[in-house]
Amino acid sequence: MDDHAESEVKHKWGMVIDQDICTGCQACVVACAMENNISFVGEEDAGYGRSMQWIRIERFWEGEYPEVRTTDFQPVLCQQCGKAPCEPVCPVFASVHSDSQQINLQVYNRCVGTRYCANNCPYQVREFNWRDYERPTPLENQLNPSVTVRRKGVMEKCNFCLQRIVSGEDKAASEGRSILDGEVKTACMQVCPTNAITFGRLDDPESEVSKLSRNARGFILLEELGTEPAVTYLKGGSTHG
Amino acid sequence: MAEMEGLYASENEHSEHLMLDPLPRGQMNAMVMESMHTTTWKFWLVAAILGAVVLVCLFGSWGYLISEGMGVAGVNRPVYWGIFLVNTVFWIGISHAGTFVSALLRVFKAEFRRPFTRAAELMTTFGLAQAGLSIFMHMGRVWLFYWLAPYPNARGLWPNFHSPLSWDFLAINTYLLASTMYLFLPLIPDLAMARDRSNGWRKKLYRILAMGFRGTEGEWTHLRTAMNIFAFAILLVMFSVHTIVSWDFAAAMRPGWSSTIFGPYFVIGALQSGIAAVAMVLVVVRGTMKNMKYFIRAEVFDSLGKLMLIISMGWAYFFFNDYLVQWYNGDKFTDILFHFHESGPLGWMWLLMLVFNVLVPWLTLWNRKIRRNPVLIFTIGLLINIAMYIERYVIIPISLTINRMPFTWKSYIPGVEIWLTLGTFAFFILLYMMASKIIPLVPVWEVQEGQMAHSLVKVGKATVKSVSELE
Repeated sequence: MDDHAESEVKHKWGMVIDQDICTGCQACVVACAMENNISFVGEEDAGYGRSMQWIRIERFWEGEYPEVRTTDFQPVLCQQCGKAPCEPVCPVFASVHSDSQQINLQVYNRCVGTRYCANNCPYQVREFNWRDYERPTPLENQLNPSVTVRRKGVMEKCNFCLQRIVSGEDKAASEGRSILDGEVKTACMQVCPTNAITFGRLDDPESEVSKLSRNARGFILLEELGTEPAVTYLKGGSTHG
Repeated sequence: MAEMEGLYASENEHSEHLMLDPLPRGQMNAMVMESMHTTTWKFWLVAAILGAVVLVCLFGSWGYLISEGMGVAGVNRPVYWGIFLVNTVFWIGISHAGTFVSALLRVFKAEFRRPFTRAAELMTTFGLAQAGLSIFMHMGRVWLFYWLAPYPNARGLWPNFHSPLSWDFLAINTYLLASTMYLFLPLIPDLAMARDRSNGWRKKLYRILAMGFRGTEGEWTHLRTAMNIFAFAILLVMFSVHTIVSWDFAAAMRPGWSSTIFGPYFVIGALQSGIAAVAMVLVVVRGTMKNMKYFIRAEVFDSLGKLMLIISMGWAYFFFNDYLVQWYNGDKFTDILFHFHESGPLGWMWLLMLVFNVLVPWLTLWNRKIRRNPVLIFTIGLLINIAMYIERYVIIPISLTINRMPFTWKSYIPGVEIWLTLGTFAFFILLYMMASKIIPLVPVWEVQEGQMAHSLVKVGKATVKSVSELE
């Protein structure tokens, strides 16, 4: 296959998160940090709202203790909007749409740090490198060689483990076949002990993720904004806690 | 009797109006040159302190910020934009008044403008310098700021013209260039005047800057034409610049920001703080520089006070209108945000803004005695500027606290920004002080022109003011 044909591969990657079986164990948060070389910001910065997590587990409660009503755990990551509010506002095209994967990419080396994208993200999933954070020995040996290490002053965010998508697509292309359902797993999906996260191609109507996204329990975050996210949530029963 | 006062000249007409109190050209030149040359030890003491503040707070803290990253500032998630953007909008607002006063009053031929157009225009240039510095401070990788400029580059990219920040970059640059030229054009005859009356390094400097101006008929014609074009054009640029600044917010998808009224609301806010700042600067110039009491009289503060009152009313209207427009869209988060403005932990700021921006001007500025008192007008100007600073603080960090993901709501506590803010204020004052000693702060030719056009004419037993058209 020549380069030209390769660039014509067009997939739409998407995710379904089942809030009914999410236990809020945060394994996805840890796996994501390991996979994507995310810095550890330390207690003080994290407490001040500078934690760097490409995926976070949101939980809410209502009422006064002990009469507390909790909501489902809600893992929030970049929703890979079809019409992403972060993209048009970047003056230097650091936040761009990928044609071949239909996800929103952050080009670290173009970013000049205006942080406009983060302001305009209704899901607040973009993380800024407020400092050059230390990586105490031997953690530098843990760095994933497929992922750029970011330095201070640039924005970053979840990209559906793009390095895994690209290597999966490359492998399928070299073997002259189309990519199999479940062949590419994001780090968060891989570690989820309850399989609450499903990832795959939304352009294939028979894929697991496509079927689940049509589930009657499905909803998307802030649908009224018309951002067309690629992540669907399955409503849970709020029975825990 | 009251309506007669406006028509007939009274006893103290000479001391009241600069235009009716003419001095010979030579004497006025000498006065302006003297005010430019006279410096006391107090001037140098203040300049030295400001210089130290600029070095430590502006450049020192900025270096620290660059080397450590934005973490030493108070910005966080969700308040990604903090005081740096407040400063940017504030300084652009200040810079508006200079041009507004000068160009609009020139276009409408308001005679009280003549002695202080230059003093106002200088604020535009130096205010914009602070706005530019503030927006660069705010960038995570400021050393790459030139990537915002459209130029052929190795990355094969133009800037993203969809981004309001790109519009902003172009608009502010346009305004900076246009306002600097507009400052320079009426300065040429005065520079030529200074050239003919100085020696040493000043002579060399003025000779270059005056560009060989000799005051021939042809030169004046060209100069007048150019100034006319600029006065009209820059008014449009001025209105567009702050509208575009407002689009940084209005075009974004956030509760409290996506408001269609933001354009005119920001323009009137800029004028509100800017006119008040012009009045403050004139009070200081009048009080500290030699011979300025002749040029800047109570009539100037009187007129500026009226402008401040009218603009305060306009601001109040747009403030209310902004509430109305956003309330009408019925967004849940906008509703939460507006309650957070009033009754959140920083609700006192919101209240203070209304008191200083509306209550204080409305209760005081209708009074002619208060308007003519430099100390009082300075105080009112200061309060208005505090209120306008708060207004931007409410719009940026306080509004950013609330978004559509309640899990991320977080307050903002300024860090190194405070020192950098002090630094920009010190830098503005320092630049202004230095400029007041290098360029003639009063446009002598413009005052002379006005005085030649005005005269008191005897009609029967009454003395009547008369103005002739020069151009």
